[in-house]
Amino acid sequence: MSTIRVRIGALLAAGVLAAGLAGCAASNTAAGRTQSGSSTAAGTGTLTVFAAASLKPTFTKIASEFEAANPGTKVTLNFAGSSDLATQITQGAPADVFASADTRNMAKLSDAKLIDGTASNFATNVLEIAVPPGNPASVSSFADLAKPGVKVVVCAPQVPCGAATETVEQAAGTTLKPVSEESSVTDVLGKVTSGEADAGLVYVTDVKNAGDKVQGIPFSESGKAVNTYPIATAGSSRNKELARAFIATVTGSEGRKVLSEAGFGTP
Amino acid sequence: MRPVSAPRSKAGTARKTNRRDTGYTGVPPWVFALAAAGTLFVLLPLAAMVAKVNWGQFIPLITSESSLTALGLSLRTSAASTVLCIVLGVPLALVLARASFPGQRLLRAFVLLPLVLPPVVGGIALLYTFGRQGMLGRSIELAGIQIAFSTTAVILAQTFVALPFLVVSLEGALRTAGTKYEAVAATLGARPTTVLRRVSIPLVLPGLASGAVLSFARCLGEFGATLTFAGSLQGVTRTLPLEIYLQRETDADAAVALSLVLVAVAVAVVGLSYRRPRALAAEAGTG
Repeated sequence: MSTIRVRIGALLAAGVLAAGLAGCAASNTAAGRTQSGSSTAAGTGTLTVFAAASLKPTFTKIASEFEAANPGTKVTLNFAGSSDLATQITQGAPADVFASADTRNMAKLSDAKLIDGTASNFATNVLEIAVPPGNPASVSSFADLAKPGVKVVVCAPQVPCGAATETVEQAAGTTLKPVSEESSVTDVLGKVTSGEADAGLVYVTDVKNAGDKVQGIPFSESGKAVNTYPIATAGSSRNKELARAFIATVTGSEGRKVLSEAGFGTP
Repeated sequence: MRPVSAPRSKAGTARKTNRRDTGYTGVPPWVFALAAAGTLFVLLPLAAMVAKVNWGQFIPLITSESSLTALGLSLRTSAASTVLCIVLGVPLALVLARASFPGQRLLRAFVLLPLVLPPVVGGIALLYTFGRQGMLGRSIELAGIQIAFSTTAVILAQTFVALPFLVVSLEGALRTAGTKYEAVAATLGARPTTVLRRVSIPLVLPGLASGAVLSFARCLGEFGATLTFAGSLQGVTRTLPLEIYLQRETDADAAVALSLVLVAVAVAVVGLSYRRPRALAAEAGTG
């Protein structure tokens, strides 16, 4: 009898919790709406920013600067692969701002009329060779990656960094024989930092962010595949004014400073 | 679906006779309601996925070169890993079920750890063991064996995550079977190895079979440890789950079609594991 009572109690608790959560969500959006309605200038309220995983360090910094400059605002950041984020927004995820690591995923949303206005390009990124500390395979150029015995890891052609790798290969006239084609640049970097691979092709910003865990080797052919990062207000945003203010911070001098410190280029 | 429904009806009749024995039938209605919710929770996502399949393109999508290569690699590595699970898991289950020594409970806890560990963590652990810079990796590489980015790495990752399934199934079967027959065989002068070979193993064969099938199914679905430890290259390390993950980036239709193939294989495998042991157990019970 007592165990049954406990179980029913747990059920009730779960039900109450679920109802409470639903209530929270409802009150949040309601608050956001009234606040955006009554706001002046940049406005206040919560802002949900969907940003490409490679923007994690920079956007975390820019968001806290933005919160400090606009008291009463709260920026919630959601980092994932650009195509995952685009899919989430297509499926109705509540985003105010979308920052993609490539123009393709932004175009996907823009074609589906899920973007407010036009996207603006705010950063560029190029590939760099990453090698483990000490450079065990003595890699010094792009051509060295094709030497026999050098274990190279790249992104698969299906993902943006892999598409850039293919372009660079064509520009350099060097065909790589990678030991692995990963689905994300983080996985490539992981194989290099752990010393499993002798070299990997990642972005300049990834090398910078990894600190002394990897060594970066720039190569001239990387300029043939420049990745452009666009940012835009989501069409479904309930706080478009605040979203535009955030985008202005990213594309403005404060954002530029943070981005260039992380290794991003200017579009 | 038939192999699944057939044994269920058999089990149903068995339960009915049990009920008549005890005269107790009380499953509260709200349990049925929650059970129905549980069933929906599992079936709805599968149905939603089936609804998303682009049937017009289904056959070309699943018979593309990269899909077939990935499926073949998955089946081959899972078979090899299952054999490895049997070789390592049967002795482990025997030691856990039959022997008694200090630290036995701790050993069981550690053997079962991969069941609850996120596969990515397993992959990282394997990397630091068998990787090029790993604890054993360096000496292995000196011996001229390359594990990094090889099919061997895939098999190691799969065995690591699937081993507990075999050990748990077999240990349970061994405990249920008891030691009666083994003791009789021993008093008749059979040596331990003979008892194991002629009495213990035949007695728990259904448990061993279902454990092996479950391990195989787990190997087939292995993703995280493989991605972390083995990498992803067509025909070498890119198994079906990795292929699905990659296809999803560009071709959602292909990813859904391949997912359905994996679901079909999994249903077939699990269906098999539920029928075989019961049938065998019934035989063992009457014989």
